[in-house]
Amino acid sequence: MTTVENNMEPEEKGYEGVQTPLRRFLSDFCEAKLAVVGFFTILAIALLAIMAPFIAPTDPYDLATVSVLDSRLAPGEAMMNGTIAHLGTDGAGRDMVSAMIYGLRISLGVGIGSGLIAMLIGISFGLLSAYAGGKIDSIFMRIVDIQLSFPAILVALVLLVTLGKGVDKTIIALVVVQWAYYARTIRGTALVERRREYIESAVCLGLSKNRIMFRHLLPNCLAPMIVVGTMQIAHAISLEATLSFLGLGMPQTEPSLGRLISNGFEYILSGKYWISVYPGIALLVTIVSINLVGDRLRDVLNPRLQK
Amino acid sequence: MQSALVVVIMSFIVFSGVFLVGDPVEILVSDDADQEEREMMIKSMGLDKPFLVQYGIFISKAIKGDLGDSFVFQEPALLLILDRMPATMELAIVALLIAIIFGIPLGVWAGLKPESLASKSIMTGSILGFSLPTFWVGIMMILLFAVMLGWLPSTGRGDVQIILGMPISIFSWDGFSHVLMPAVNLALFKLSMVIRLARAGTREVLHQDYIKFARAKGLKETRIILIHVMKNILIPVVTVLGLEFGGLVAFSVVTETVFAWPGMGKLLIDSIGLLDRPIIVAYLMIIVFLFVLINLLVDICYSILDPRVRLQDIKS
Repeated sequence: MTTVENNMEPEEKGYEGVQTPLRRFLSDFCEAKLAVVGFFTILAIALLAIMAPFIAPTDPYDLATVSVLDSRLAPGEAMMNGTIAHLGTDGAGRDMVSAMIYGLRISLGVGIGSGLIAMLIGISFGLLSAYAGGKIDSIFMRIVDIQLSFPAILVALVLLVTLGKGVDKTIIALVVVQWAYYARTIRGTALVERRREYIESAVCLGLSKNRIMFRHLLPNCLAPMIVVGTMQIAHAISLEATLSFLGLGMPQTEPSLGRLISNGFEYILSGKYWISVYPGIALLVTIVSINLVGDRLRDVLNPRLQK
Repeated sequence: MQSALVVVIMSFIVFSGVFLVGDPVEILVSDDADQEEREMMIKSMGLDKPFLVQYGIFISKAIKGDLGDSFVFQEPALLLILDRMPATMELAIVALLIAIIFGIPLGVWAGLKPESLASKSIMTGSILGFSLPTFWVGIMMILLFAVMLGWLPSTGRGDVQIILGMPISIFSWDGFSHVLMPAVNLALFKLSMVIRLARAGTREVLHQDYIKFARAKGLKETRIILIHVMKNILIPVVTVLGLEFGGLVAFSVVTETVFAWPGMGKLLIDSIGLLDRPIIVAYLMIIVFLFVLINLLVDICYSILDPRVRLQDIKS
C-alpha cells in the first residue's frame, strides 16, 4: 500500500479554464464506464441494504417463521409457508434471498461504520502529527509503523479472540486495524500542504491551531482521504467476512455475508453449493464495485497522472 | 536494538491480550471433576498466580526458548508450532513464487501497452484479485476443481517426502496436486499486488531520462525492458513482497482453514477454539519474530538493489 500512498501526495493542482473543479472531476470520473457502473451498483446495493425489511420476502431473524423443515432446499423450491426460495435455503431453513439482503446490511454497516470511525481517528492523529511535528510526530508515526508492519488480519484476529463476538466488537477490531492507514496517508499530504503560503498566512493572521488544522489544512488534504477511504471500506467488508468465516466476528444470530458463506462451507462437499455461492457473489459484487470506484477516483485525483 | 524492543513490547501486549480470554479451565476440565481436581489443574497450569507473575515466568522461560506447554496437547507449544511450520512455509513460498512468476511479466506488459485490450483485462483482473475474499475463492475452487470436476483433492497435504530433514510435498505429483489449489488461492491477492506495482513502476520508469538515453544509444527494446526497466521496478516489488511474505504467512490462516492444510495457521484457529493460551501466545511470538526478521532481510536486499540507500548509510 505504501506506493499507492506515495502516488497520492498532491503536487501542483492546476485547475485552469472555465470548468469548475467539480465538473471537471465528474467528467473525468465518467470517462471510465466501469467506474460509473460500479457507482450505480453501490447505490443499488446500499438501497437494498437500507430497505431490507421492506424488500426481503421473509424475515430471517424471526424464529417463528423460520422452520428447520425448510433447511437446505435447492434454489427454486417452495418453502413450508408457500414462499418460493429462489436461491434456496440455508442449513437453518432461512430463505437465502432474505438472509443475503439482511447479511448485506450487516456487512455494509460494519464496513462503512468502522471505516468512518477509523477515518475520524486517523485524520485527527495524522493531522496533529503533521502539524505538531517533533516528538509527537515521531511517537505517533512509530506507533503507526509498528502497527502497519503486522498484517491486518492478525491484529484483528488477536483482538477478536480477546474481545469475543459481536457487532460492536467487530467494529472496534476493524477500527483498530484501519486507523493507521488513514493517519499515515493524511500525515503525508498534510506535511506537503503545511509548507504552503496559505498556511503561513493563516499563522500570521493569528488563527488558533485548531482552526488552522481543521479549517485550512484538512480541506486541502481530503482528496487522498477519499481514495483511501473507499479502498479501506472495501477492505473492511472483506476482512469482516473473513473473520466471520473463521468463526470470529459476527455471532450466528446476526449472520453477515461472511457468516452465511461459512455456514454453507460444511455442505459444499455434498454439492449443496447455493448456501456459499450466492452470498459470496453478493459480497464480491459489493467489493468489486467499491474498488472500481476507488480505483477510478485515484486516477482522477492523482495529479501526477493528469493530462 | 529497536527490533528487540518491538519484540518485548509485543510480547507484553500479546500476553496480556490473551490473558483476558475466557477461562481455559472451563473447557479443559471435564464436567464431573470435583473442586479439588479443578484446583490441581489450575495449579499445574500456573493459572492461580497473579498476572504479572505469570508474565514474568513466561518471559524468563521465553528467553531460554520455552514458550510454555500446550494446555491441550501437554507438549511444548513451540515444538508443536515448529512442527507445523514447514507446511505453512511451503505453502507461502509456493504462493510467493506464483505471484512473482506470473505477476511481474503481466504487470510490465500492462505498463508498456496501457491502452491495449490485454492490458486492460489484466488490470480489471487485478481489481478482481484484490476484491475477491480469499476464503470464498478457496471455497469456489474446491467446488469447481474438487467437487464438480474431481481433478484436485480438496483437503490435506498428500504425499510428503523428507528433504533436508523437512517434510515437503511439492516434489511428488500427489503432494503437488494437494499444494496447487491452496497456493494459487493464497497467491491471488499478492499476484494482483505485484501486477499493479510492476505496472505503476514501468509507467513511471518509461518516462525517465535514462530510458530515453538507452533508446538513443540504440539499444534493443528487449534489452531496455529486461535490464533498464526491470532493475528499477524490482525495488518496490522486492520491498513489498518481502514485507508481504509475513502477510502471506498470516493469511495462510484463512487458506489453511479452507483447505484443511496442516500448517500452523490451522493450529492457531483450532487453539483459539480450545482457548489453548500457550499455543496462541507462542504462535503470535513466532510471527512477531518472523516479521522483525523479514524487515531486516528486506532492508539488506534493498541496499543490494538500490545503491542510493547504501550511500546514505555511509554518509550518516
